[in-house]
Amino acid sequence: MPTIVVEVMPKAELLDPQGKAVAGALSRQGRSQITGVRVGKRFEIEVAGPADDAILAEVAALADELLANLVIEDVISVHFAGADGFGLDAAADFASGNVTTDTSFDEASTPEAQAEIREGLS
Amino acid sequence: MGGASGAPRVGIVTFPGSLDDRDAARAVRMVGAIAVPLWHGTHDLEGVDAIILPGGFSYGDYLRAGAIASLSPIMAEVVTAAEAGMPVLGICNGFQMLAEAHLLPGGLIRNDHGNFICRDQRLRVENTSTAWTSGYAPAAGDSASGGAGASGGAGWSGGAGRSGTASATGDFASSAASGAPEITIPLKNGEGGYIASAETIARLEGEGLVAFRYLGVNPNGSMNDIAGVTNARGNVVGLMPHPEHAVEPGFGPDTALAMRSGTDGLPLFASLLVSLLPA
Repeated sequence: MPTIVVEVMPKAELLDPQGKAVAGALSRQGRSQITGVRVGKRFEIEVAGPADDAILAEVAALADELLANLVIEDVISVHFAGADGFGLDAAADFASGNVTTDTSFDEASTPEAQAEIREGLS
Repeated sequence: MGGASGAPRVGIVTFPGSLDDRDAARAVRMVGAIAVPLWHGTHDLEGVDAIILPGGFSYGDYLRAGAIASLSPIMAEVVTAAEAGMPVLGICNGFQMLAEAHLLPGGLIRNDHGNFICRDQRLRVENTSTAWTSGYAPAAGDSASGGAGASGGAGWSGGAGRSGTASATGDFASSAASGAPEITIPLKNGEGGYIASAETIARLEGEGLVAFRYLGVNPNGSMNDIAGVTNARGNVVGLMPHPEHAVEPGFGPDTALAMRSGTDGLPLFASLLVSLLPA
């Protein structure tokens, strides 16, 4: 059964009081090399059926509607666990071939792709 | 319009984790309306004339405050009714639900200082023409603002006389600059920071959709000191502070007159009697 990972973060331009509190605790532990922390959410969503682009797009839409509130948060990534070699049942997904090679929802590596995703999410 | 007595019926929705539903019901009864308990898991509004989404921590604030409650079965009916013009008030967690349901613009995030805060909070009522704030209208409002008192003659019984003794007469301190009424009611929240995009903030300010603004101190980092907003039609209002905790002498905020004598929340509920009067 494929698992889709959705990652959500508070909007970058907003204060993240939770991250600030964690950063404060770390600095009190003497971790002076840590200069900032932001706290987000990771959802692991199990779906029935094939791991195809249709279900990925459906979950991406749900992420915008429910998992994130786009007024205060951004959807950072929507991808199959395993597609990036991480996450639940990655080995099993690879073994069964139940993975997609589409990583278009993954966090982009190039600045152009990142800009494209930002535009798409805004 | 509601029951045989002619008094309006106000539904108060209880969600798993609601705390202030009974306080809201009591406030409704104190102005002479009928409080109708509603349950989140049904699709039945029981023919009410107005709806209050109360404070609390529905679903433990899981996912985001108000997010899961905004998808409760009854919320489908609430959204439909609100869009048809029924007065809907969201207090604290209820405000968060209205924002999550997109009935009101913007969102609410954790207080900027990271702490839960509980205090008596001064507010300015910026818009006194909504279904829930007409009772705060200054001066000319003596007929309208009396809400409860004035409506006594309209055939409603119950709390009308009692509330007349409190500050439901529109007798508020008002800002010298704007003439807008100032009130003090309790505030208690951990996620009350109001935020919205720059365009939305500009629209709210430009169109007079900021209903309540924090005075003196901004308790949670809300943009533009916004404590509550209304939709353009004026039937849907949400605010973080708790008017239902300032409706009865002896149980409200301290005033210059006496300890715990503040009843500045009462006119908000009395407003409803006016807005529900048959045209």
